[in-house]
Amino acid sequence: MINIPSTIKISLRALKVNKMRSALTMLGIIIGVGAVITMLAVGRGASQKVSEQIASIGSNLLIILPGATTAGGVRMGAGTQPTLTLGDAEAITKECPSVSDVAPDLSGIAQVVYGNQNWSTGIRGTTPGILRVRDWPLASGRSFTEQDVKSATKVCMLGQTVVENLFGSIDPIGKIVRMKKVPFTVIGILDRKGQSPMGQDQDDVVYIPVTTAQKKLFGTTFPGMVRVIMVKAKTMEDLKPAEKQITDLLKQRHRIRLGQENDFTVRNLTQVMQTAEQATRVMTILLGAIASVSLIVGGIGIMNIMLVSVTERTREIGIRMAIGAKTWDIRLQFIIEALTLSLMGGIIGIVIGLTGSEILSIIAGWPTIVSPLSIFLAFGFSGLVGIFFGFYPAYKASLLNPIEALRYE
Amino acid sequence: MALIEAKEISKVYRLGDINVNALSNVTLSIERGEFVAIMGASGSGKSTFMNIIGCLDKPTAGQYLLDGVAVGNLNRDELAEIRNKKIGFVFQGFNLLPRTSAIENVELPMLYDGFPYQERREKAIETLRIVGLESREHHLPNQLSGGQQQRVAIARALVNKAPIILADEPTGNLDTKTSAEIMELFVRLNRDSNITVILVTHEPDIAAYSRRTIRFLDGRVVSDELKKSARKRAED
Repeated sequence: MINIPSTIKISLRALKVNKMRSALTMLGIIIGVGAVITMLAVGRGASQKVSEQIASIGSNLLIILPGATTAGGVRMGAGTQPTLTLGDAEAITKECPSVSDVAPDLSGIAQVVYGNQNWSTGIRGTTPGILRVRDWPLASGRSFTEQDVKSATKVCMLGQTVVENLFGSIDPIGKIVRMKKVPFTVIGILDRKGQSPMGQDQDDVVYIPVTTAQKKLFGTTFPGMVRVIMVKAKTMEDLKPAEKQITDLLKQRHRIRLGQENDFTVRNLTQVMQTAEQATRVMTILLGAIASVSLIVGGIGIMNIMLVSVTERTREIGIRMAIGAKTWDIRLQFIIEALTLSLMGGIIGIVIGLTGSEILSIIAGWPTIVSPLSIFLAFGFSGLVGIFFGFYPAYKASLLNPIEALRYE
Repeated sequence: MALIEAKEISKVYRLGDINVNALSNVTLSIERGEFVAIMGASGSGKSTFMNIIGCLDKPTAGQYLLDGVAVGNLNRDELAEIRNKKIGFVFQGFNLLPRTSAIENVELPMLYDGFPYQERREKAIETLRIVGLESREHHLPNQLSGGQQQRVAIARALVNKAPIILADEPTGNLDTKTSAEIMELFVRLNRDSNITVILVTHEPDIAAYSRRTIRFLDGRVVSDELKKSARKRAED
């Protein structure tokens, strides 16, 4: 019968006797576990940041750009030809079943004036759908309506940056701002969105009805022109069908003949961002893998010390065997020693990893996120390392011949 | 039935290409409660015989019955269990675990027998008292004299109530006075607790404490004699 608590006690005593050696052996595991946790935290922090940025653009987003036309053999770049209209946007809303929301965009830059303050910002003419397309809630006030779009009302919604620069602590709702001398009533304030994946301040924006932008602010080269149409597909899976439906619809509407190049481009922005996200995920795995190597090296350190320990304690093993220790009594004793080293190293490593991640995010400014899973993983892995690398020395010890072991000097 | 019964035991070692007959056809039996000295020069086979008796080794030929059990057929762990329950070892070099207190050394056999802590402690203290080491329970081996260390070793051999004590040159590292004390202890244990003591020695003085002397030479038993005087001498 194997007495586990006593075996643990025996193992712990052996470790206590060789404090310095135990500490140094543990160091390998400490560094390994610490590195795994820190690296995973860095990777996770990075991918979290990317995910947040992707979410900030809006999910399941398609962007339709005009242009890419060929004029007399000269291929123009995307966006060079103003070919999209408000009618296109309405048609997409009506006829593409995979699309949930559509927001056209006609934008320009204008000076926004309130009282004695002014601020130059991007003015975007759009439809109420923009808030859903970009998953952008209002902080206060209301959105403009389809009715506002139809009648080209002079109302606007302001981004946080604009609010700060023009109003300071004043509540802007109901106030009048002027853009190109046209007075607009502020009806809504957008929630804070933060930076775009490209580092732009997304809160530096004013939304107005698209028709107001067309008729009263920027003018258009032909009626109903918009620069971009943003489309939100119903689900991730609807992105592909939506892309096809929109392409087919616009081809028909723009009378693109077979073989002729489209005068518009449908871009799947989410896909681009997902690639970035995937890249950070790969980076996380890579960092974790590199850190794991140090954990394995730590494990080999344990095995090394355990082998030395078995040789050193040959006589002790002989005594134990003579007194009645069975194969597994001896094995467990050494496995528990190895396991204790690796688990204690694991616990200290977790503490080091947590502090390390914290320090990294403070000093280097990297966002780090320590997930409970990575702690659990690193701890479990260090336990496995202990058992794996402890087993061989333990196995060797258990096979000693008691007579020879007793004679060992 | 005898406690120890060796029937035509042989042990052959291979040293390179040469076969060494450490034991050839040894037959003898030892009854419960005997006090036996095994003598012989080094290489006479007495150590090999002791190893076989102590279930640390198996004979190449012949049969060894310990308390009626044929030991030759048992595996490693079964042998370990027999050693744990039936045999207490006392060595020349004491063989206590270093950096381990006297009481914990004595507890060791019970540890492998699965005794709970409380019982181990009590029995260890009791056994240390029997060998005259009360109040030294928490001393480490290097804080004890040779004689005291050997007493701890004897306590360790006794603690599982093993019927046999195998002592391999137990006084080899001790001075004359301490040797006498240790031998008196063996005599007392043999007499009072009916423990079978088997003693390997090459000193006639030490062998004189026994009641039966078996001499080995070249792997054979050359003499096996009972002495009436031993018991008397011990009682003087």
